[in-house]
Amino acid sequence: MSEATAAAAAPVAYNEEVIRKFAIATMFWGVVAFAAGVYIALELTFPVLNLGLEYTTFGRLRPLHTSAAIFAFGGNALMASSLYCVQRTCRASLFGGKTTADFLFWGYQFFIVLAAWGYVNGITQSKEYAEPEWMVDLWLTVVWVVYLVVFAGTILKRKEPHIYVANWFFLAFILTVAILHIVNNLAVPVSLTGMKSYTLYSGVQDALTQWWYGHNAVGFFLTAGFLGIMYYFVPKQADRPIYSYRLSIVHFWSLIFLYIWAGPHHLHYTALPEWSQSVGMIFSVMLWMPSWGGMINGLMTLKGAWWKLRTDPVLRMMVAAVGFYGMSTFEGPLMSIRAVNSLSHYTDWTIGHVHSGALGWVAFISFGAIYYLVPKLWKRERLYSIKLVSWHFWIATVGILLYITAMWVSGIMQGLMWRTYDELGFLQYSFVETVEAMHPFYMIRAAGGVLFLIGALVMAYNMWRTIRGDLRLEAPAGGIAAQPAQ
Amino acid sequence: MSFKKHERIEKNLTLMAVLVLITVSIGGLVEIVPLYLVKSTIEQVEGIRPYSPLEMRGRDIYIREGCYTCHSQQIRPFRDEVERYGHYSLAAESMFDHPFQWGSKRTGPDLARVGGKYSDDWHVAHLIDPRALVPESIMPPYAFLAERDLQTDDIVARIETNVAVGVPYTEEMVANAMADLLAQANPDADHDGLLTRYPGAAVTLLDGDPSRVTEMDALVAYLQILGRMVDFTNTAVEDLEAAR
Repeated sequence: MSEATAAAAAPVAYNEEVIRKFAIATMFWGVVAFAAGVYIALELTFPVLNLGLEYTTFGRLRPLHTSAAIFAFGGNALMASSLYCVQRTCRASLFGGKTTADFLFWGYQFFIVLAAWGYVNGITQSKEYAEPEWMVDLWLTVVWVVYLVVFAGTILKRKEPHIYVANWFFLAFILTVAILHIVNNLAVPVSLTGMKSYTLYSGVQDALTQWWYGHNAVGFFLTAGFLGIMYYFVPKQADRPIYSYRLSIVHFWSLIFLYIWAGPHHLHYTALPEWSQSVGMIFSVMLWMPSWGGMINGLMTLKGAWWKLRTDPVLRMMVAAVGFYGMSTFEGPLMSIRAVNSLSHYTDWTIGHVHSGALGWVAFISFGAIYYLVPKLWKRERLYSIKLVSWHFWIATVGILLYITAMWVSGIMQGLMWRTYDELGFLQYSFVETVEAMHPFYMIRAAGGVLFLIGALVMAYNMWRTIRGDLRLEAPAGGIAAQPAQ
Repeated sequence: MSFKKHERIEKNLTLMAVLVLITVSIGGLVEIVPLYLVKSTIEQVEGIRPYSPLEMRGRDIYIREGCYTCHSQQIRPFRDEVERYGHYSLAAESMFDHPFQWGSKRTGPDLARVGGKYSDDWHVAHLIDPRALVPESIMPPYAFLAERDLQTDDIVARIETNVAVGVPYTEEMVANAMADLLAQANPDADHDGLLTRYPGAAVTLLDGDPSRVTEMDALVAYLQILGRMVDFTNTAVEDLEAAR
């Protein structure tokens, strides 16, 4: 015991320099990803923006947008938060020292740049969210193993007996993404000097392998990893312990067990055997339970601290993120039901669903974590401006709502138009009529995207001023009346 | 339920990692492994053949340009889809597709059976300027495909790589790869060997310029074979049910 006390007293030299780099990269790639999204949304609204150049077509830029959002923005946010969290909760500096951490940072950025360069030049495997070709995949594998070694190594040298719950989620995310990445990307290159390869799997086997990967990129990269962020940063920002330890345990094991089964719901009514589709659907519906268990654990952490939402827009952002998580994890199981999916599949409803998760959950919880981290990492009293955080919150929230409502309407409308018959028993609409009908909603969607991008630019400005050491003089939000009645 | 025992896991990284790996492996194994064993997903259907060299190169371009981001190739067994696009897709129809191109979004129409629905001229004109033919279209223009020579020097390597991942190209097909590619791009060439090896391959005008093989030739050759390998007029309903 005395030894532990002595260790607690001695300050640990955390590696915060690499966290600072990851935080800046998160903000940078976030803006890139949102800008790319706005651009391709506008291409669908005004096709002249494809510019007649091969490098700027929707087909080449769409993977650029999705990879920038998931791997560049999301990946850097996960590395920043997980490597910060694991040091603090283990009271140990990063395993492998400064050199390994820097290799991880620059190696990962190199992966992003390589992948992006490939996309605009048409180098792609065409497997969604796994588009990079074999050489880039191999490089990412090396970087990812280093990530695992740094993360797990830090846990191994911890001075706390327990591994904190956030680290369970980060660990499951890192391990599972490694398996998914390797299995889904197995391919034979045409030559060792060229980028082109042909995947090992074909047809229906390839389809299920891809969506086993694709859905668990959502489940482990975009969910388990970001739940790790929730489990560390929400209690920190609210200054309250996690609501329920037991719920954390149930949440963790049931989530990682169930998620992996859900992939076939991307392949309803295809040539995939029906039993497989049904299994995917059943597990997707069951997944609702651990998802909401996690949401409840996150939200109820604010028990006794709800008043802070009035004065703390950073906490508000995190709580809204958990709310969006609850909403999109309700919508997901709904859409995985075969009858619903027969309407929603192939339409914008899916795009709207993805963005309520990506913008509402992933981006908001990342923004919250970065807002929490920046003053700490640069040893500032607080953020440059709390009011700007509030502005960011509202601009981005309105943007998300415009985005997802536009996609609900356009998706359901197009799905219904495809299956509408006239009184003589002929299909009522030609395909292109349904495309034309989407136009106003694509405008609204692009407007939503612009708002979300503006919000991120406000954040980048706030972050820059905070790093510079500026402090904007502001009256406390909500005034004195916002203090809790004791 | 006691949570006391969970402490052991929380204090032991190796134990936790092993349990996580087991937990996340079960679902994938149960769902994916049977697909390599179940008859309906590995069965051959008459007419399904490997892509001709030019079609395969066209498919490479289809992948390169990210056509799958807006076009699916998987018709579901619904009345409206079958009427709009044709017979619902069979597993066997994509069995030589490395990787599959089923897609997940229809910003444009499904292309699983686009082959033969439009002329080569239509495809070329449409790819060069989609809005010249379909004013409401939001598809990007692909005029550059018609201006660029198709890279053909590695055609044998590409076919051999397909063989390595399991596509049954014969030795004869490999030996004639370049000849077949050039023959398919030239409407005046002798097509007998090509059509014996690759029945149904489009050998008409393609981009209208027989003097050179462009990327447009390859892409149109690919689009024109889509969904045409199986002859559904000669297939009994019960065979199709079995092939679902």
